[in-house]
Amino acid sequence: MRAVVIQFPGSNADFDALHTLRDVVGVETSYVFHKTPTLPAGTDLVVLPGGFSYGDYLRCGAIARFAPVMADVRRHVERGGLLLGICNGFQILTEAGLLPGALTRNAHLRFECRDVLVRVDADGPFTQDLRGRVLRLPIAHAEGRYQADEATLQSLESKSLVAFRYVPAAAPDARLPANPNGSLHDIAGLYGGPRRNVLGLMPHPERMAEPILGGTDGRLLFHSAVRAALAR
Amino acid sequence: MSREPAVTPELAREHGLTEDEYATALKAIGRTPSFPELGVLSVMWSEHCSYKSSRVHLKRLPTKGPRVIHGPGENAGVVDIGDGWAVVFKMESHNHPSFIEPYQGAGTGVGGILRDVFTMGARPVAVMDSLRFGEPSHPRTPGLLRGVVAGIAGYGNAFGVPTVGGEVQFDAAYNGNILVNAFALGLCRSDRLFLGQAKGVGNPILYVGARTGRDGIHGATMASAEFEEGEEAERPTVQVGDPFMEKLLLEGCLEIFAAGVLEGIQDMGAAGLTSSTVEMASRAGNGVELWLDRLPRRAKHLTPYEILLSESQERMIMVARAGEEQRVLDICAKWDLDAQVVGRVTDTGRFVVRATPGYDPLSGAPWPDDPPVVVDLPVDLLTDAAPVYTRPCVEDSRLTDRYGVDATGLAFDPRSDLLELLSAPNVGSRAWIYRQYDHIVRDGTMVRPGAGDAAVVRLYCEDERGRREKLIAMSSDCNGRFCELDPRTGAAMAVAEACRNLACVGAAPIGLTDCLNFGNPQRPEIMAQFRDAIDGIADACKALGVPVVSGNVSLYNETTEQGGPRAVLPTPTIGAVGLFEKVSDVVGAGFRTAGDHVFVLGPRGDDRLGGSEWLTRRTGRVCGRPPSIDLAAEAALQSLLVRAAREGLLASAHDCAEGGLLVALAEACILGQSGAVLSLPAEYAVTPGGLFGEDPSRVVVSVTPYVLELFSRRVAEAGVPCAFLGRVGGASLSLEGVASWGLDEMREAHASALDDIVGR
Repeated sequence: MRAVVIQFPGSNADFDALHTLRDVVGVETSYVFHKTPTLPAGTDLVVLPGGFSYGDYLRCGAIARFAPVMADVRRHVERGGLLLGICNGFQILTEAGLLPGALTRNAHLRFECRDVLVRVDADGPFTQDLRGRVLRLPIAHAEGRYQADEATLQSLESKSLVAFRYVPAAAPDARLPANPNGSLHDIAGLYGGPRRNVLGLMPHPERMAEPILGGTDGRLLFHSAVRAALAR
Repeated sequence: MSREPAVTPELAREHGLTEDEYATALKAIGRTPSFPELGVLSVMWSEHCSYKSSRVHLKRLPTKGPRVIHGPGENAGVVDIGDGWAVVFKMESHNHPSFIEPYQGAGTGVGGILRDVFTMGARPVAVMDSLRFGEPSHPRTPGLLRGVVAGIAGYGNAFGVPTVGGEVQFDAAYNGNILVNAFALGLCRSDRLFLGQAKGVGNPILYVGARTGRDGIHGATMASAEFEEGEEAERPTVQVGDPFMEKLLLEGCLEIFAAGVLEGIQDMGAAGLTSSTVEMASRAGNGVELWLDRLPRRAKHLTPYEILLSESQERMIMVARAGEEQRVLDICAKWDLDAQVVGRVTDTGRFVVRATPGYDPLSGAPWPDDPPVVVDLPVDLLTDAAPVYTRPCVEDSRLTDRYGVDATGLAFDPRSDLLELLSAPNVGSRAWIYRQYDHIVRDGTMVRPGAGDAAVVRLYCEDERGRREKLIAMSSDCNGRFCELDPRTGAAMAVAEACRNLACVGAAPIGLTDCLNFGNPQRPEIMAQFRDAIDGIADACKALGVPVVSGNVSLYNETTEQGGPRAVLPTPTIGAVGLFEKVSDVVGAGFRTAGDHVFVLGPRGDDRLGGSEWLTRRTGRVCGRPPSIDLAAEAALQSLLVRAAREGLLASAHDCAEGGLLVALAEACILGQSGAVLSLPAEYAVTPGGLFGEDPSRVVVSVTPYVLELFSRRVAEAGVPCAFLGRVGGASLSLEGVASWGLDEMREAHASALDDIVGR
């Protein structure tokens, strides 16, 4: 299996994704610079990492979707290749139209970094056999409030494309809301693409994949993706 | 272009030069300086750049050690962490700008310290912020706190460096002058360091990064004067930050470093282009010539004076090896960075600036030939020959009057007082703040903010030789109240506490950085505070065997009020860095397992309440006789903690700090989500001093019964006093014969500490 992590100017969780894939999960992984027109041959998984692409001075992800590399990322998705957008990567996916809806400013208007609980609510290549599991994953974002019109939300629900939903924690985090940003339907992550091969999520699975970082729940998504790639 | 004003003694005074200083300059130059030359002199001789009041005292700090690769004098200190790797760190203030414009002021403070670190060739991997605000009820406090925290978050989060720790204190003495001290740490190979030197006569000088504008002109001079009422209108002197540009600059610089084409590099910080090029020339014993016509700029009709003094952010000066210019320019193009050759290194020992009057490259016209000289000054006049003052020091005679205050006649109820202290802004949870910081980016944060006495970060050391992991801890500390009541002891206690926090998590200290925030040095009482604080830091460094490797001085943190000058509490903030031997050494602060034995390690202390949070809340002022510190006992305690951690003997360790012993016990319960059944040892009295006094050198530890015998043996060998308190367990903290507190009520009190300032 072969994975690439796209480096947009302003990507800053590119190392986190590379490190987890390469050093924790053992996948051959390399960076691909945003000015590169084509992905390396044999790419199974493309990761759009967290960060502030192009500074995010406009809407988050609004400029990144025009990056030269994105045309080939689209072709990769059409071929059925795996595409994972984490945090800013999720924002880029919605701006690029690869996932519906939009991620807007958190309801409380502040950047928020903490662990949340999310429930796996859909099957797909990144969540094989995980449906119903509650995972502890960290968030770190200011614009993660998922919004879409009613018809889109109904469609997402009826097609079971809501991959992750924020769920309440038991005490002692009771002062903090389960849904950290005001997302509609408590949506934390979505499936899309022709074969559910696109996943966007606000939490950072690549920052919760080693015991010394506080847990290993995030590793599950990457192991699932490795299984999916090997099965192709 | 507006005409330049004539240089007169009055204009020199307006630039902050004293009559004597101006006379010295005239004599050295042999003529009246040009207007841009006056600007250059004024910033280079400002307190901020020249350290003219502090220099004579800073020499007394211990700066050497077996691990020290570069001590003070470079952009940041460098300490060896073994196997060919080093950490680069420094702390710096951005106090004045943050008070005027909190978001940009704090953000550019972070940006500046990050550049100081990556200028040396290191990738920044952790940031801490030490903040001081006025009293919680002051009308400006909520807005300043919100703005500063948002500014730090806005810069650090976008740049992609985790903000892993720091501290916040509130006191009325900071009502008119807040403190924003930013610490950054980077990782680099110890054989690939870059220095701020203009080496090699004839080598090209390159400008890289953001274009120059008018922002921040005279920032350094502003930071060298006290505020007068109404000076918040100085907003145009505050710099504006662009963390995206900084991120590109970082990646571009790291790639240029790897290409091996640079002789020297320095960021443009305070006093911008002038300070960076002059300092580089000075360190290399060379001169420089700059061609301002070629300088990338974003504002029209900039004058030489404005260009030389602009503090536009995210800019670097590089000296490349002759012939390698294009390599630098190509890498900059890859990262979409502006870059230009703007001068060359000379052998004249002079700072020469050329600019064509009225020419503006933004007009599209080509560079004129042979631009005339507008500045020609000796480099050493601006650096080594800058004024140095041994200012008079007189201790404040009124200080000891305050020592008479004690707990006599003050209301004391252990049960409600503990809950009050846990919910106090100076004691309780800082989660509202650190949740706004990305504290986990780069996959290294092992102990997050609020989870331990110090932040613990894994360093991922990777190069062509392979990959290895290192683990470090960092902490920042200073209690300005103790420093106010006894500057020497207070400063020693700041060093001791910062290092104790490292020891509590299991790390041995390897180096310190300091950020010395004081009032107006021209007042002898302030200068005495400064002198004594330096001696206190030196005392503690010697006792604990840890050097100061970098630092920053911020003076004039003072406001002129109707009743006279009001200075901040003397605040010598200490940033300490420690190294672990292995991952299993890391110790948390919270109780872990029911049945573990709880002890307090360290000397008993004398229960003095001076400067404590309890007494300050009860009396409304900083008063009382402050605690003393036995530095030999402190050193023994810290060695014991590190040894016990390495041998796996500690289930938890937590320092007694603000709020004293009882607060430390409550925090260990809250963090561990566990109660404890305890009783006070016979030598502790149920008095305010016994429960809430803030004597230093005390640590609450818990130990699993299986290793008790080994633990006791190590304690006895170390000769550290150790008192048994009881056992971990239950859903409340129960102190026999005193009171009991439910876990939920303690947690709620602790979590609510900032609610009244910023809301839930």
